[in-house]
Amino acid sequence: MFEAILLTVITASTPLVIAALGELVTERSGVLNLGVEGMMIMGAVAAFATAQLTGSAYLGILGGIVGGGIFSLLFGFLTLTLVANQVATGLALTILGLGLSGQIGEAFVGMPGVRLQPIVIPLLSDIPFFGRVLFSQDLIFYMSVALVFGISWFLFKSRAGLKMRAIGDSHGSAHALGINVVRTRYLAVLFGGACAGLAGAQLSLVYTPQWVENMTAGRGWIALALVVFASWRPLRVLAGGYLFGAVGIGQLHAQLLAQSGGIAIPSQLLSALPYVATIVVLIIISHNRRTTLINTPASLGKPFVPDR
Amino acid sequence: MTFEGVEASPLLSVRGLTKLFGSFAACDTIDLDIGHGEIHALLGENGAGKSTLVKMLFGVLQPSSGTVSLEGKPVVIPSPGEARRLGIGMVFQHFSLFEALTVAENIALSLDPRTPLAKIAEETASVSRAYGLPLDPSAHVADLSVGERQRIEIVRALLQNPKLIILDEPTSVLTPQEAERLFETLMRLKAEGRSVLYISHRLEEVQRICDRATVLRHGKVTGACDPRQETPASLARMMVGTEVAEVKRDSANALGDVLLQVNKVSVASRTPFAVALKDISLKVRAGEVLAIAGIAGNGQSELFDAISGEYPISDNDGIVLRGKPVGRLRINGRRLLGAGFVPEERHGHAAVSALSLSDNLLLARSRSDKKAFLAGGPLAIVKRDAILSAARRICSMMDVRKSGDDPTAGSLSGGNLQKFIVGRELDRQPSVLVVNQPTWGVDAGAASRIRQALVDLAKAGSAVIVISQDLDEIFEIAATIAVISDGRLSEPYPAGELTLEQIGLLMGGIHDSHSGEKSSGEDRAGMEAAHAH
Repeated sequence: MFEAILLTVITASTPLVIAALGELVTERSGVLNLGVEGMMIMGAVAAFATAQLTGSAYLGILGGIVGGGIFSLLFGFLTLTLVANQVATGLALTILGLGLSGQIGEAFVGMPGVRLQPIVIPLLSDIPFFGRVLFSQDLIFYMSVALVFGISWFLFKSRAGLKMRAIGDSHGSAHALGINVVRTRYLAVLFGGACAGLAGAQLSLVYTPQWVENMTAGRGWIALALVVFASWRPLRVLAGGYLFGAVGIGQLHAQLLAQSGGIAIPSQLLSALPYVATIVVLIIISHNRRTTLINTPASLGKPFVPDR
Repeated sequence: MTFEGVEASPLLSVRGLTKLFGSFAACDTIDLDIGHGEIHALLGENGAGKSTLVKMLFGVLQPSSGTVSLEGKPVVIPSPGEARRLGIGMVFQHFSLFEALTVAENIALSLDPRTPLAKIAEETASVSRAYGLPLDPSAHVADLSVGERQRIEIVRALLQNPKLIILDEPTSVLTPQEAERLFETLMRLKAEGRSVLYISHRLEEVQRICDRATVLRHGKVTGACDPRQETPASLARMMVGTEVAEVKRDSANALGDVLLQVNKVSVASRTPFAVALKDISLKVRAGEVLAIAGIAGNGQSELFDAISGEYPISDNDGIVLRGKPVGRLRINGRRLLGAGFVPEERHGHAAVSALSLSDNLLLARSRSDKKAFLAGGPLAIVKRDAILSAARRICSMMDVRKSGDDPTAGSLSGGNLQKFIVGRELDRQPSVLVVNQPTWGVDAGAASRIRQALVDLAKAGSAVIVISQDLDEIFEIAATIAVISDGRLSEPYPAGELTLEQIGLLMGGIHDSHSGEKSSGEDRAGMEAAHAH
């Protein structure tokens, strides 16, 4: 029973972690992309369609990454090249993504999907309990763990990551140092889109292997909150993502429990739990303002036009 | 233009350098030679083209025409990275540092990307020690003082082993002692055969440390000289083009009642990077100019916020304005009681850059001058003509030079906008005026105009508080001086009894320099005597 719940928590948390990691990188470069939900659903539909047409779930993953990535380039072009308002463009991206994916996915509604099969790692999977929980998962789960540590290393140990943090802190100074602000931001936006697309692929290939319109169901927004919640640190995204996932699964079980016990708890109240948890944790985190300020990219959301 | 005493092959040679912005020439056919191991001063008012010139030398801007040669070879400098590779380092006036990063990370950003961070931290520590500029490589910039931030910039430039270091107004943020230390570092660089291009407003220090000077005015070179052969007055004349008026003041203004009093005010810091005010007391009398000296970032803005009511304090009796407790009153309430305030930042704080001068006037005085500027009672209809004529009155009173009748605040040069902003408050004849950094980044002509206006206001019977980093300014206009350091305010001292050295010690936070055997009682007695005059 406990193991089963843990497995559902992992499945529910993985897309949150991946989408939030992508957005974390985007925001560390100083770009606020509120279009995570839109890029995620585009990734979901692209992954589902690719998997249907090719019969391969792995090509589906690739399709999701490419779909989310291409969609994010639209955002990049508007906000970085044309210097449009990032908040408005991000919102537009979400609305466009939800509509466009519904249109593309219409042909796939009701079709049985291609499920991504778990990869059982020899030896490690024989460890009691942990083996089955952690080492008999699908590729996307392994990628999410690799991303956490990879991004951590990139941001805080590599020179390219240092440059990216510098741009996020003060794009004017970074430009004066000869760092290519716009190019770095394009790459960061593209990476964020690819991650959102991968998260979407997880939804339509693992979580519920079928296409349902609007199937992201607000997960993109939770991923956005998660980035702030984690104060722009990858390991905290991992912890936060699993906390959110657990609260989400926990409320489902609580609902079932309440129903069987005949207690009338409004389901809306329970569904609101993850968001209440966000607010509570944000309040606790914001207590230490110095750490928050040091981690918050100071140029987040500000347009950059080189003065030449 | 030919120079005397220039070696045959200068390190850097600039010929006919021109930068056009549209049809406006920010730099107009500039010639400049910097020899090996020379400290060369670049003098000029704001807007004279100094920044544009050095930006071209550092590859931030591209010249419209003209040539730059380094050691006899013509070079093109397309980017700061290329400038660094050619051996040109730069220390900016507004530091190009990343607050969220550590000292070592900041330095690593401008070095060879293959050098590991640990090695950079090590080199930073050793270079900073060698040049007498102590730094902790693992400290976050956000936690450092302005002086320490400048050290990072200097060490960063030094680690690239430059032949030429450009310093933009380096001492404007330093205490006299810190400046002294910087001069020693510069002398060491010179002894090593490196050259320095030193941009400054401060003629005394240019005369002290610079070998030669080039003066710019309106984008053109107007003089090249050995600063040691000149007087500050003659240098100022080259910069401004006319004689700079000296501030005239009578030594003894009759002092009247205490108009503004601050009683033991403590304010916790609002943000992690702000300074907490600790137990601050002061009083200003009618006819008195009280100057508050101190290095930037020691609580000046916070003190200004408390006195002006931008952030009211919890203790209503903590601030008394003309006999009324006003601690919890907001800024407009205090204005209505006859006070005027000029904050530090011209753009975005004292004025909205995108709005016209008249709109900026209305914004600041719509409450205090309701009758003059607004009609129709609760409808508050704006009286355009009245405001426009008031704006004109202010411009002519303060000699504000502008294009057009009512241009946007952002189109004025720093000095002219500052004159307008100070004039906007003076125009009301406030009985108490509090000014934060009145002449920061303002050219000599405008600065002397503003200082004279402040002195005149005090003479007419108002109480004036000037918060300033500029010690020359403070000695020029203040009757009484107090020093703020780390959120604490020293006792007030009569200006005549304080030396630069003592102020420097107070700025460094050493408050007990006076509490030796000659107890501070004597000083207080002196104060009383001065006040009694």
